[in-house]
Amino acid sequence: MSPQDFQTVVVVGNGMVGYKFCEKLLAKTKAFRVVVFGEEPRHAYDRVHLSEYFNGKSADDLSMSHLGWYREHNIDLHLGDPIMEINRTEKTIHSQKGVSLAYDYLVLATGSSAFVPDIPGVEKDGVFVYRTIEDLDLIQHYAKAARVGAVLGGGLLGLEAAKALIDLGMEETHVIEFAPRLMPRQIDSAGSAMLQSKLESLGLHVHLNKSTSSIAGGDTIKGLAFADDTSLEVDILVISAGIRPRDELAKLAGLETGTRGGIVVNEQMQTSDASIFAIGECALYDGMIYGLVAPGYEMAEVVAAQLCAGQRAFTGYDMSTKLKLIGVDVASFGDPFVTEPDSRSIVFEDSHKGIYKRINISNDGKYLLGGVLIGDADAYNLLLQTVNNNIVLPPNPEDLILGARGGEASAGAGVASLPDEALICSCEAVSKGDICSAVTDLSVMNVEGMKKCNKAGTGCGGCVPLVKDLINETLKANGTYIKNVVCEHFDYARQELFDLVKMHNIRTYDDTLDQLGKGDGCETCKPVVASILASLWNDVIVKQHTIQDSNDRYLANIQKGGSYSVVPRIPGGEITPDKLIVIGQVAKKYGLYTKITGGQRIDLFGAHLNDLPDIWEELIDAGFESGHAYGKALRTVKSCVGSTWCRFGLHDSVSFAIEVEERYRGIRAPHKIKGGVSGCVRECAEAQSKDFGIIATEKGWNLFVGGNGGSKPQHAQLLATDIDKETCVKYLDRYLMFYIKTADSLTRTATWLNKMEGGISYLKNVIINDSLGINAQLEAEMAALVNSYHCEWKEVVDNPELRKQFSHFVNAPKEKDPNVQFDTMREQVKAKEW
Amino acid sequence: MDTIVAAAVEWVFVCTTSDIPQNGGGCVKVGDEQIAVFNFSRRGEWYATQNLCPHKQQMVLSRGMIGSTGDTCEPKVACPFHKKTFSLLSGECLTGDDYELKTYPVKVEGDQVYIGIE
Ligand code: SRM
Ligand SMILES: Cc1cc2nc3c(=O)[nH]c(=O)nc-3n(C[C@H](O)[C@H](O)[C@H](O)COP(=O)(O)OP(=O)(O)OC[C@H]3O[C@@H](n4cnc5c(N)ncnc54)[C@H](O)[C@@H]3O)c2cc1C
Ligand code: SF4
Ligand code: FES
Repeated sequence: MSPQDFQTVVVVGNGMVGYKFCEKLLAKTKAFRVVVFGEEPRHAYDRVHLSEYFNGKSADDLSMSHLGWYREHNIDLHLGDPIMEINRTEKTIHSQKGVSLAYDYLVLATGSSAFVPDIPGVEKDGVFVYRTIEDLDLIQHYAKAARVGAVLGGGLLGLEAAKALIDLGMEETHVIEFAPRLMPRQIDSAGSAMLQSKLESLGLHVHLNKSTSSIAGGDTIKGLAFADDTSLEVDILVISAGIRPRDELAKLAGLETGTRGGIVVNEQMQTSDASIFAIGECALYDGMIYGLVAPGYEMAEVVAAQLCAGQRAFTGYDMSTKLKLIGVDVASFGDPFVTEPDSRSIVFEDSHKGIYKRINISNDGKYLLGGVLIGDADAYNLLLQTVNNNIVLPPNPEDLILGARGGEASAGAGVASLPDEALICSCEAVSKGDICSAVTDLSVMNVEGMKKCNKAGTGCGGCVPLVKDLINETLKANGTYIKNVVCEHFDYARQELFDLVKMHNIRTYDDTLDQLGKGDGCETCKPVVASILASLWNDVIVKQHTIQDSNDRYLANIQKGGSYSVVPRIPGGEITPDKLIVIGQVAKKYGLYTKITGGQRIDLFGAHLNDLPDIWEELIDAGFESGHAYGKALRTVKSCVGSTWCRFGLHDSVSFAIEVEERYRGIRAPHKIKGGVSGCVRECAEAQSKDFGIIATEKGWNLFVGGNGGSKPQHAQLLATDIDKETCVKYLDRYLMFYIKTADSLTRTATWLNKMEGGISYLKNVIINDSLGINAQLEAEMAALVNSYHCEWKEVVDNPELRKQFSHFVNAPKEKDPNVQFDTMREQVKAKEW
Repeated sequence: MDTIVAAAVEWVFVCTTSDIPQNGGGCVKVGDEQIAVFNFSRRGEWYATQNLCPHKQQMVLSRGMIGSTGDTCEPKVACPFHKKTFSLLSGECLTGDDYELKTYPVKVEGDQVYIGIE
């Protein structure tokens, strides 16, 4: 075929659906010349996850594919060049930059724009919409100088925009909704009330039944005035009052459009002109605009199939959704609103925990019609599948919303009951059968593999838990047992090894290897076993020094050049002038570099191995002890100054931080553990970025868990509210011990919690409600560790045999390593470059 | 342990067996040279290599953890800095880099440890 024989498909719009259309068409055929025009300056990106742009994702991270992809597929891509005119008689299009082109088929994927109501003052500076990366750039820039933010519209996108404003650091964020409830299209009034109270407890101000009459201010926005004569001062406003299909081009070309907007299409996605199609948010099918990405992808599939002479029709689409709004799960599926006499509803409400669940059931009790889940939407995927596949309900349908907690068996049985045709990933149209056969026939073992294999889970991501369940169930059914073994020498996961070592009362690495392993061990399993032994028995670790990781072996962190660092514990960051002086004197005497660390204490760098015991002897004499900066152990509990000095302090955060640091000092864990205690919500101790964080409230303390700094920072999640100190310590005991016993090695609490099935709700159930019945044991095990605390450096300093281990040359113990050398910088030493 | 040694080797006494921890290493000074000596007591074997890690020129291999790998249980040491591992038999880097350690023959007589220097 010569190039002239190719028919030309022109795609107008390079958004999510326009892109997906190209991808689907090119996967089916190479018989077309494809030309794409996009109005935005960048190639298609994932609008669904747009808000992640504020959480550190770059435009590149969000893009649907790299530019090379278009080149590889010979797609002629014109960015920043919108189509201005369609000439239907000549079958040509004309772009803003003057490109004119003939088409055989035209695909309109122009999406929609944010609807901006006609309120006086919308043109002022400080008023934004939330649709494109450029919008977000503008908002981010403007928000720097703003204190109070508001969002017009309490629908799904409005609440997402509100979350963005909170994340951008607004002191106050308001949501203004015209309707009497939040998310009026998805959830019922009772659900909305629950969602509202949850969001308010998180600091959002919600105003319902509010009609905005004007926007106040000069050139810039100063506030909002409402029809009920009230007003609100705001510095920034994001309008999220709905979407308007972009049908202007189609209208101009005389294509049929709806009275309230949208390009009218039939089941084949054909417009009133048979060679022009419309797909995505600009298409009006059967009187409806589908404002979600999954139906848009289905429309793309319908057109791609037709151009290849296939048969496929669009006949409407399920609009179920599940989202996390400001940390609160919200889901709506099937028909959320049907009521008696057409159906019966079962409602579960727990206003204490902020959970609302409603399911609508057919009058004969056989089928699930739809429902709403607020606060806990773990059951969403299964419920949705139950609706979509007309699965006959069990005799007690209330179990669907009450009995699902944490039971692996119930979840498993649920997945198994789905028919093979059940659509699991609606974005990519992957069925249960596709997933199971990928596991069985193509040996796909995990979600990552599945994503590569058939794209399941790559769209909105909502189906990932179900995909994971299905993979695991199928692997199990095929007799494959998946586990995460320590290394080639131990055929166990860390948790199993922990239990076995405890059960067999094993005290040394060699015995562990003899009884439970094979070969001679290695640098992976030695530290793992060392950590398990320390967590179980808390013996002096340097008695088995050759199995310790390099830093544990010498109770100090090795530095560039081969010297070591010395970090004494300074609990809560509090230190007396006398102790400061001692640190200064020791540093001077041994020529050490001193620096305040990020953990509120002082690090002395550049010690020779041989000097370590002498240095520590002096520090211990002055009342210091090891800071365990070298161990996978408790590091620091950071504090703010709290109520003893600070005018906002609610309680004494320093004393509590010291108490907690001293309680857990020296305790070894799968990874290091850090804590923080703040005296009020201003959070100067950054407690929410720690493995555990404690924040004073009017009534007591809030306890957060699973935060992390590092390369993937993540905020801790709230475990308990307004508890007293004793309860806080009790929960901490249980939480830390549970982590120590069950996490994989080198897994921080954040990752451990992220991987935990059921997440924070499951953890709460274990720690607070004792759902596993193990709390008494966890507390006893923690007590044993707390009571067997010893300063590791004191053990060494007092023991000549152990001291001997700290020499560089075994045959010249007094001599230091001549290779350890320093330069100077700002009046201190620094390690020589390597 | 039987080691085939070229005739030109001179056996140098470096330390006693109790100076090197079981299943671990220690550094000995031979003239100006630093040599890492490993007491692989689990296997009843002794090894010696250069103490310098070729990756970033650090004098630390004696402080590394030892172990074995693969079906043949190849004895190895892992550098404490970046965990590159090296065969104790051949000195070859087992983690895919183009480094090679110098290895030395070791002889133990009674509680005396000797290293063969060329
Ligand atoms: C000294 C210090 C930097 C400073 O000069 O301020 C430091 C130094 C090191 N950090 Fe750090 N971190 C220090 C505070 C932090 C903080 C801030 C904090 O604790 O508030 C963080 C982020 C908070 C967190 O951990 O969640 C931090 C996150 C890390 C990580 C990333 C952990 C993660 O979960 O991704 C590593 C790498 C690791 O542990 O695998 C790391 C590893 C290291 C190591 C151990 C790297 C190494 O193996 O040599 C550095 C050792 C230096 C030494 O010999 O002492 N350091 N490190 C800080 C010591 C605090 C202390 O008093 O103990
Ligand atoms: C913040 C946010 C969160 C969302 N969250 C979800 C969610 O959780 N789940 C979900 O399913 N959906 C969500 N959506 C909706 C989803 O993003 C849309 O359904 C989807 O992007 C629609 O794709 P589209 O290609 O039809 O339109 P768009 O992605 O808007 O793409 C249309 C493109 O066409 C361009 N264009 C318009 N006119 C022309 C012209 N004349 N010439 C050339 N180019 C033109 C536009 O500039 C645009 O780039 C969210 C949307 C937003 C804004
Ligand atoms: S951030 Fe990196 S370089 Fe800085 S101390 Fe931590 S580990 Fe070392
Ligand atoms: S210095 Fe030895 S591995 Fe880098």
